[in-house]
Amino acid sequence: MAETHNMQDLHHQAAVASKVYVQRDYNSGTICRFQTKFPSELESRVDRQQFEETMQTLNNLYAEAEKIGGKSYLEGCLACMTAYTIFLCMETHYEKVLKKIARFIKEQNEKIYAPLGLLLTDPIERGLRVVEITIFEDRSIGSGR
Amino acid sequence: MKHCEYQQIDPQALSTPTPTLPPQHAVVEEEKGETARRKWEVFPGKNRFYCDGRIIVAQQSGVLPLTLGLILVTTVLFFVFDCPFLLKHLTVFIPAIGGVLFVFVVISLLQTSFTDPGILPRATPDEAADIEKQIDNSGSSTYRPPPRTKEVMINQQVVKLKYCFTCKMFRPPRTSHCSLCDNCVERFDHHCPWVGNCVGKRNYRFFYTFIVSLSFLTVFIFGCVATHLALRAQGGRGLMFALQESPASAVELVICFFSVWSILGLSGFHTYLVASNLTTNEDIKGSWSGKSGAEDTGNPYSYNNIITNCCSVLCGPMPPSLIDRRGFMPVEESSQTVATEIELAAKNEINVCQLVLCLSVFVCMAHHHPPLGGQLSGLCSVLCWLMSKCTQGTKDLLESASRSPCPQTGKPQTVSTSCPDSIDPADPAVTFNPAVTPDPVAVPSLKCGGRHHSHTTSPPDEPRQQHHHHNRHHKTRSTQSSSKRAALHISNPAYNVSLSPPTSPGLGPSHATGAEDHRRDSFAALH
Repeated sequence: MAETHNMQDLHHQAAVASKVYVQRDYNSGTICRFQTKFPSELESRVDRQQFEETMQTLNNLYAEAEKIGGKSYLEGCLACMTAYTIFLCMETHYEKVLKKIARFIKEQNEKIYAPLGLLLTDPIERGLRVVEITIFEDRSIGSGR
Repeated sequence: MKHCEYQQIDPQALSTPTPTLPPQHAVVEEEKGETARRKWEVFPGKNRFYCDGRIIVAQQSGVLPLTLGLILVTTVLFFVFDCPFLLKHLTVFIPAIGGVLFVFVVISLLQTSFTDPGILPRATPDEAADIEKQIDNSGSSTYRPPPRTKEVMINQQVVKLKYCFTCKMFRPPRTSHCSLCDNCVERFDHHCPWVGNCVGKRNYRFFYTFIVSLSFLTVFIFGCVATHLALRAQGGRGLMFALQESPASAVELVICFFSVWSILGLSGFHTYLVASNLTTNEDIKGSWSGKSGAEDTGNPYSYNNIITNCCSVLCGPMPPSLIDRRGFMPVEESSQTVATEIELAAKNEINVCQLVLCLSVFVCMAHHHPPLGGQLSGLCSVLCWLMSKCTQGTKDLLESASRSPCPQTGKPQTVSTSCPDSIDPADPAVTFNPAVTPDPVAVPSLKCGGRHHSHTTSPPDEPRQQHHHHNRHHKTRSTQSSSKRAALHISNPAYNVSLSPPTSPGLGPSHATGAEDHRRDSFAALH
């Protein structure tokens, strides 16, 4: 894919300037939610609106994963009745949504953030503690543009 | 458990499709001149892994073999000696129900023991640096930093988040650091030696299923065995005759009788916790019972509806494991892993040393132990002491070994659960203390262990306190040690309160029934 090749070029040519961490927002309890406050280090790099939209979508996806409703109860009860052995064969709802989130982040990186010299790291790789945003120094002129 | 591999977004590997099969990925890694290493191999906590990272257990299996053994023995005896009679005289459903319950018990026990309880991976160095920067910006510049806390508002209530010096991050709400496993665990309930693992967010439902099904199994076996003996004793032949005909039933009866109280009590207690969406940790500490002031601090996590609470705790979505045990280490981190490898090697060496010293001390103690009555209780207390000793660091063990085996001096040993920011593998954090002194005769040997109770933690205690927020299981009296029971959950009040007055070892042994009340009273007494 042309886009990924561009990203590869970008990463080969650029160096990591700094990392910005967006922490968890615990105001709604223990559910997985990240702060939507715009970090000051990204002021010059990315559009505030765009970033907040990405974070909001991410939060919505996590909320969907952790939603307690009819479907999750059904899954839970079924699991309980089979002494939780169905977890060995079946993918849980949470895992399905996590895959969706991974695809979303990859897509966002490719389309929006890589051209700006940024890289979003999937929070699952940081134990759902932070969203790590790597800022690359833009050395080469024509990369990814 | 279903396994999902979350591969790190490696910029160099972005063009390769991410969910690759391990062998392919291993090939890719080898081409770069590195052998692929899985993340569990360099895991910093004190856990052990089996089946190439699929199974995770705590460092010490505790009494898991005993738990399994008791359950197996009792059930096998039941099936062999009681079921044929009951099958003939009553119904075929008896062995069927027994079988189903037994399967449930064993499966849920194994799942509780082998599942990741919700371990939070430690912060990466960059993250830790970022947090430090934020703290330093706002904090003071004293030599010994004050306890780091952050306040958040959850459901209109102020909740303090504490900083974990070992994991280098602010702990999410309801997370606690288990010093036995050296991990922060989400929704930490307690560390259960009976299952040999922490009980946290991910395996609480398995644990609950285990204790509930075990209660049913115990009651069921007890009832069936009683019925069996009653039927045999019919016709004026008497109970003794029945017992003579079926001696195994007597064994089962004894085991079940002594375990049923504590297991039922524990199930009841956990049902209460589930219904109010509390953890054992929070209940013990009285976080939400408003102990500190007049203000009514309710539980901010509760939905204020029993059914919703139960459903969310037991039937909620199953969170994924955050530690990605079977993922591969990215190549760039090989230099970091060298450091962790050295640490791990040191850890392993120290564990071996601990074991050797434990054994030598044990031999010494057995030799010196006065041959008074109550040998069994004495041995049990020695075993308990030994278990507690084995969780100490090598330094402490060396110190105690150099002293006489039964030091009668008043010199307190220091429990060096000290500077929590040392990732010193020898860092002891003793939390398990053999409080059981069933026999006053065994007291001299227990004084060594008993002294742990009276340890006071020297100031500053705030960081240390964080490490003691888990509860200890209590072995009930050793005279009943043959019974299978899930232990009680109490915290060691001496640790939670950084006061000087030594607590007597007698705080420990509370009876199985109504132990929760004792626990609360003893805890309240210290406040």
